[in-house]
Amino acid sequence: MITIKNLHKKFKKLHALNDVSASFSRGQVVSLIGPNGSGKTTLIKSILGIVKPDAGSILFAGKSIDKQVAYRDNIGYMPQIGRYPDNMKIGQVIEMVKNIRNHKDGTLDDELFFDFKMDEMQDKNMRSLSGGTRQKVSAVLAFLFNPDVLILDEPTAGLDPLASEILKDKIIKEKKKGKLILITSHVLSDLDELTTDVMYLQDGKLHLYQTVENIKQQTGETRLEKAIAQVMKRYLKDGTATIPMTENREADYAKAI
Amino acid sequence: MLKLSKYVLYDIVRSKVIIAYTLFLMAVSFSLFQMEDNSGKAVLSLLNIVLIVVPLISMVFSTIHYYNSYEFIELMLSQPVSRTKILLSEYLGTALSLSSSFLIGVGIPVVLFYFNSTGISLVLTGCLLTFIFTSLAFFTSVQSRDKARGIGAALMLWFYFALIYDGLVLLVLFTFSDYPLEKLTLLLSSLNPVDLGRIFIMLKMDISALMGYTGAMYKDFFGSGTGALYTIGIMLLWMITPLLLAVRSFNRKDL
Repeated sequence: MITIKNLHKKFKKLHALNDVSASFSRGQVVSLIGPNGSGKTTLIKSILGIVKPDAGSILFAGKSIDKQVAYRDNIGYMPQIGRYPDNMKIGQVIEMVKNIRNHKDGTLDDELFFDFKMDEMQDKNMRSLSGGTRQKVSAVLAFLFNPDVLILDEPTAGLDPLASEILKDKIIKEKKKGKLILITSHVLSDLDELTTDVMYLQDGKLHLYQTVENIKQQTGETRLEKAIAQVMKRYLKDGTATIPMTENREADYAKAI
Repeated sequence: MLKLSKYVLYDIVRSKVIIAYTLFLMAVSFSLFQMEDNSGKAVLSLLNIVLIVVPLISMVFSTIHYYNSYEFIELMLSQPVSRTKILLSEYLGTALSLSSSFLIGVGIPVVLFYFNSTGISLVLTGCLLTFIFTSLAFFTSVQSRDKARGIGAALMLWFYFALIYDGLVLLVLFTFSDYPLEKLTLLLSSLNPVDLGRIFIMLKMDISALMGYTGAMYKDFFGSGTGALYTIGIMLLWMITPLLLAVRSFNRKDL
């Protein structure tokens, strides 16, 4: 679905992405993990076309995304910090995005909208919202158009436990529908029940891209948190990931379907 | 694109600054027409205000608006909307609201008190200047993410066009006063939309007789139909070029 080839991005001296190549296909839930400033958000923003890479290419469904717009119809994006026009109300923001996205079949997925009780807060001003409520608005917008790909940047940060659970359940539901979901998070325990693959970035380099089963098997741990910690420890010791990176699995997937 | 512009317009109208601007222009125009017995004189005073205030407000307002709508732009970027569309709708929304303010604030009094070709040129020039300086403001604000820097650059440009440029032209004319400079002054005036607007309107009035030989030559050129077309053409260039440059750098930017 999404193929990334030799992506490079520099912000002045900082090498935010250094030769990153990967491929994501339907049904995968990929967790992007890595320390702060390791290039996770830059990678996501490159896929969305918000950041323009210096070199390399990104293909969406086989077509380069460079100078394209329409492919974003198939993406729901939940940013790390959702920033919205201050003087608009929640309802207006949602109406506006609905109006701008040319959604064809009219089947909106308003499950989160009601689960988060947005219908009761439609008249609240965006300016007055807490960080958590903003996150909820972002989540509602990301899922609303039933996109094939969901990109969630730190989705649970700032959400209360109840909302966090609702969101996780929703992600699992969408996963079952066979969507491609990319998540970045620092809360590994949140990811454990969701994720099928783990991608580890550090200093802009892709160090590990593996299925969860493989990682758990090779480290002998049953919990994702511990398994990742093990991998990172080994990485720090040897300077290389001991588990080989996964190959392009798009072909396998095509066969399976 | 119009869909997006609608939201931009809505946002601007809600901020109420634009309403204050309309009222200010209206108060100035009406009081000038009331104070002077001779409407021609009133238009001359109005001209000076238009040439100073309209560029200044257009630049400062557009710059601040651009930075304030960063959130809106960010939200739109993750939607299937092209960057060109986003920036052009921002531009259209801003320029249209500023120029309609001007049309109401200055246009209505002019139509009431001084409805002739000079009056119409004044209103037309004011509208064109609004579009030009909004476009310049977008060009400078797209270059920098820092609001203070953006506003600083906008103000510097305004100083240049409204004040410094005239000084430079005077300096050139004074230094080379031994040479025939008529053609050169014509060219120099095209390099500054404010000057171009001023000459264009002044020559519609009778005072051009006071400007000597150069004035006569100007009158010959700008007074003709070709001159009017030339003025409007150059002004449109002043509007389109910075806007295209702004779109170009906006398309290449990381946001």
